[in-house]
Amino acid sequence: MTLYLFQVLNGLGLGMIYFLIAVGLSIIFGLLNFVNFAHGAFFLLGSYFCYQVVALTGNFWLSLLIAPVIVGAIAWFAESNLLNRVYNLPHAFQILITLGMALVIQESAIMVWGTVGKNIAVPDLLQGIVQMGDFAYPIYRLFVISFSAVIALLLWLLLERTRFGALVRAGSENTEMVSLLGVNIFKLFSITFGLGATLAGLAGVLAAPLRGADPFMGAEILGIAFVVVVIGGMGSFTGALVGGLLVGLVQSIMSSLWPPGVHLMIYGSMALVILIRPYGLFGRA
Amino acid sequence: MLEVSDIHSFYDKSHVLMGVSLEVRDGELVTLLGRNGAGKTTTLKSIMGVVPPRSGRISFAGTEMTKMKSFQIARRGLCLVPEQRDIFSILTVEENLQIAKNKNSPWGIPDVYKLFPKLNERRQNPGNNLSGGEQQMLAIARALVNGPKLLILDEPTEGLAPVIVQEIVAILKDIKNTGIPVLLVEQNINVCEKLADRHYVLEQGRVVYSGTQEEFAANKAVKDRYLALQTN
Repeated sequence: MTLYLFQVLNGLGLGMIYFLIAVGLSIIFGLLNFVNFAHGAFFLLGSYFCYQVVALTGNFWLSLLIAPVIVGAIAWFAESNLLNRVYNLPHAFQILITLGMALVIQESAIMVWGTVGKNIAVPDLLQGIVQMGDFAYPIYRLFVISFSAVIALLLWLLLERTRFGALVRAGSENTEMVSLLGVNIFKLFSITFGLGATLAGLAGVLAAPLRGADPFMGAEILGIAFVVVVIGGMGSFTGALVGGLLVGLVQSIMSSLWPPGVHLMIYGSMALVILIRPYGLFGRA
Repeated sequence: MLEVSDIHSFYDKSHVLMGVSLEVRDGELVTLLGRNGAGKTTTLKSIMGVVPPRSGRISFAGTEMTKMKSFQIARRGLCLVPEQRDIFSILTVEENLQIAKNKNSPWGIPDVYKLFPKLNERRQNPGNNLSGGEQQMLAIARALVNGPKLLILDEPTEGLAPVIVQEIVAILKDIKNTGIPVLLVEQNINVCEKLADRHYVLEQGRVVYSGTQEEFAANKAVKDRYLALQTN
């Protein structure tokens, strides 16, 4: 029984990290109406920046603050100087340019940090385990779950309770009408893209002590993020949360029940959702 | 106030506006009439920068706006109430107003609730729960809290029940009495004659008639030629 509790908790932590990545991808798709293939690369940058800050200062908490902000700033710069030039072109150009960005980031990471992965130590404060009777669980993983839950709550408040959030939701429906109200839609695009990338960077930092940083983690996580978004529904916050947790739990529980079938079950659950609800669990037509 | 001179606008290669010129002066309510496909909506979209004209000039309160983007034009106080109303369906009534709110507008959100009590009852309802009339009211309310210096309406009474049409006409009169100039596209000639100071008639992308309300009321030939249903 304790094994399953262990795997469920693992699944929740993994799922929250998937949520942080997928929610940005989903909001960006909703508002800017294109799929950001560079989103996995922002996750990768988050992990490497975490490694670098920890290597330089020894302070994980500093990296938790700084790394996502730098990732967001890079994404902001790329959006307002490069991506904004292709919005009026067909979708293929946006895919091409974001895929190109992903490759440039990946290869740059190899040039700077090499092909061999880097390990990041769990910060001192969060080392060790919590013991409850005969059940023991790593403190850091509990921290990931609770910290992401706080971020999820803040993000929900931002999207549902502020003018900025209302503009993002309005823009997902009709960007033209939003600009007819005098809102600089291009600025809204940049901020939203930067916000999504910041969340992916944050996910990268949180994941770093668990899985290390390696040059191919971006491409790997992008696949999972797509699955999460397809399951939850494009453009939906709730969808990203439920989809992320579902994929995290499936992956974690299957890895003890039937390890070779982990990916089969993840993609299987996606196929099942598409069959029943083609727009995802919380998607709109 | 608003001066449109000789604008030519296109949808891709099709030439829709062929030199439209018109003017809205301070405090005036001007209508733009014409059959379906005459270019009325395109004229409004060109003024708002949604379909930027390829040639010609548009200026407002002395500022040239021809090269401006939609949001910049909107920030100068040109508020469009579009034909499809374009209410944000997943936002509540209140949120629809909040994102449009401009602190320089003479109308705050409580003011428009007073003007449209029905919206007040439905403030927590999402936009897609509203009836056609309520959507139109919300679209006008949204434009008012946005701080219009010129209000532009595209067929505000289209598809609405007569009672609601009367209500909208009364509101438009009130708005006009505050001194805000209005440019109105409307198919319902009764509505136009009740409200307007001057009229323009468009036909195939050109202005074919312009005149004051008195002149227009007396000119049966223009109405027959350009506005009556063709029966052939």
